[in-house]
Amino acid sequence: MNIIVLAKHAPDPESEINVASDGKSVDERGLVFDINDWDRYAIEEAIRIKEEKGGEVVVVGVGSKCDDTLRKCLAMGADRAIKIPVDTSLDAYQTAEVIKEAIKDENFDLILAGMMSQDLNNAQVGVLVAAMLDLPFATAVTELQVEDGNLRVKRELEGGYHEEVTLPTPCVVTVQSGINEPRYVSIMGIKRAKTKGMKEVSVSPTTSTLEVEKMYLPPVKKAEMIEGDASEVAQKLIEILKDRGLI
Amino acid sequence: MRIFVVAEHRMNELNPISIEMLNLANTLKGDGTSEAVVIGKDTNAFAEELAKYADVVWKIEDDSLENYNPELYVDVLMQLFANNKPDLVLIANTSSGSEFAPYLAAKLSAPLATDVVGVDTTEGLKVSRYLFQGKLMTDLKLKDAETYVLTIRQGVFKEGTEANGEVKDAGIKPSKEPARKFVQYIEPEVGEVDITQADVIVAIGRGIDDESNVELAEELAELLGGVVAGSRPVIDNGWLPKDRQVGISGKIVKPKLYLALGISGAFQHVMGMKDSELIIAVNKDSEAPIFGVAHYGIVGDIFEVVPELVEKLNEIKG
Repeated sequence: MNIIVLAKHAPDPESEINVASDGKSVDERGLVFDINDWDRYAIEEAIRIKEEKGGEVVVVGVGSKCDDTLRKCLAMGADRAIKIPVDTSLDAYQTAEVIKEAIKDENFDLILAGMMSQDLNNAQVGVLVAAMLDLPFATAVTELQVEDGNLRVKRELEGGYHEEVTLPTPCVVTVQSGINEPRYVSIMGIKRAKTKGMKEVSVSPTTSTLEVEKMYLPPVKKAEMIEGDASEVAQKLIEILKDRGLI
Repeated sequence: MRIFVVAEHRMNELNPISIEMLNLANTLKGDGTSEAVVIGKDTNAFAEELAKYADVVWKIEDDSLENYNPELYVDVLMQLFANNKPDLVLIANTSSGSEFAPYLAAKLSAPLATDVVGVDTTEGLKVSRYLFQGKLMTDLKLKDAETYVLTIRQGVFKEGTEANGEVKDAGIKPSKEPARKFVQYIEPEVGEVDITQADVIVAIGRGIDDESNVELAEELAELLGGVVAGSRPVIDNGWLPKDRQVGISGKIVKPKLYLALGISGAFQHVMGMKDSELIIAVNKDSEAPIFGVAHYGIVGDIFEVVPELVEKLNEIKG
């Protein structure tokens, strides 16, 4: 089974998030970039399928600075990488468009991606690629079985429920976090990755559908903040719990 | 504006987000109309309920539409929209809504924004949405177009007025067999503890760092007569079983005390615990969205605060 994995090089939401001086973008200082967490599960799932069924795993990244993430995927076990050195900012449509263009000569059975990116949380690219290629698709997948010419997947619904669906290949599947336990990159993997190919494909997006007007910190803060050292705040918490009859 | 709202239902229940989207449609429509679309096998009961809040309700019924299927949803919606051109289509930002909305938008060549929490139509179409799991917000202008598609976050547009509109049968049937087939629903896993019944919940998030630290939360929970639950990262890592997950895709809880330790407060999680009677959050990041829903907040290290708390509770208990 030949699998294309879409992997985004994305800032970690746990790193320092500030608005840049233009008021329309994120200040890159303080951001720590890595493979998008959901895509880490997607690449792991692809490698597991390959290990069981054979075939090839090709990882695709968009962005001028996505090399580290592509190399990480190669070190985990992907066979080769396609880099699309285009910075598409916030517009998922553009991202999907350049991916569609870059993979048009690839022969694949499955496109796997994370269900969303950890920075933009759009959850659009995978499905947009499916729409542009007229492929069947399923999102938020938490379990995937390969059958003869078919996939049987479990999709996450609300309230702990799931639905089981089948779809024929070729198709597009986006995975939910927790679908597997992604492997760590080994020293051997890193060595092997150096011999693997990374092809650059230059494609220009034609459409832009969104324009950022403003970026800002959300207006929150309603909690009453308790200050002091650990012992002091613990004491204050005890008092609050006592007042409420909770202890 | 002519605004279409795609209603959401599953297992014979209408999702309240359907009404919330109609509330939004009614505030935006101006001289236009709010029109609900309900797709299913037998949609009469839902159509009646939706008609209270919509000017028009379109029923699209067929045996093959009994369970949600993204290909069939897009197929019948494209047929409806061919003769009834929407200015704006609203879809729920849920598991199924967020799945078919991008596909529909692409087929309509419509600009799309997902997980929207604010809409402004005074000058073209502008939306507000969160980034970075709630840590940042952005206002976006969508490119001028004949039709836009938005997915709407649940719980935002709760207030609205009634419209008492009419129900119409759209007379539309799916035009094809879908490639993807529904097999079955799978019930939630049942574990040894039902966290929805607990008075006290000690909830842990990514900040717990390692499986070996779960013990600390268990100790605290035991002293408070409560149970340990977790947010998504803790469950994904296998540090707690799936039935201990609080959030939209897990359990909705309303305990007397919800103590959130190292939980940043992504929307997914907050929707599962925001109605708790008392929420206390400890997080090292002063900007963590959890402080927006907590009653009391502590910016600090859980590995310093919790042991102090455990010690003091032990003293009280003697």
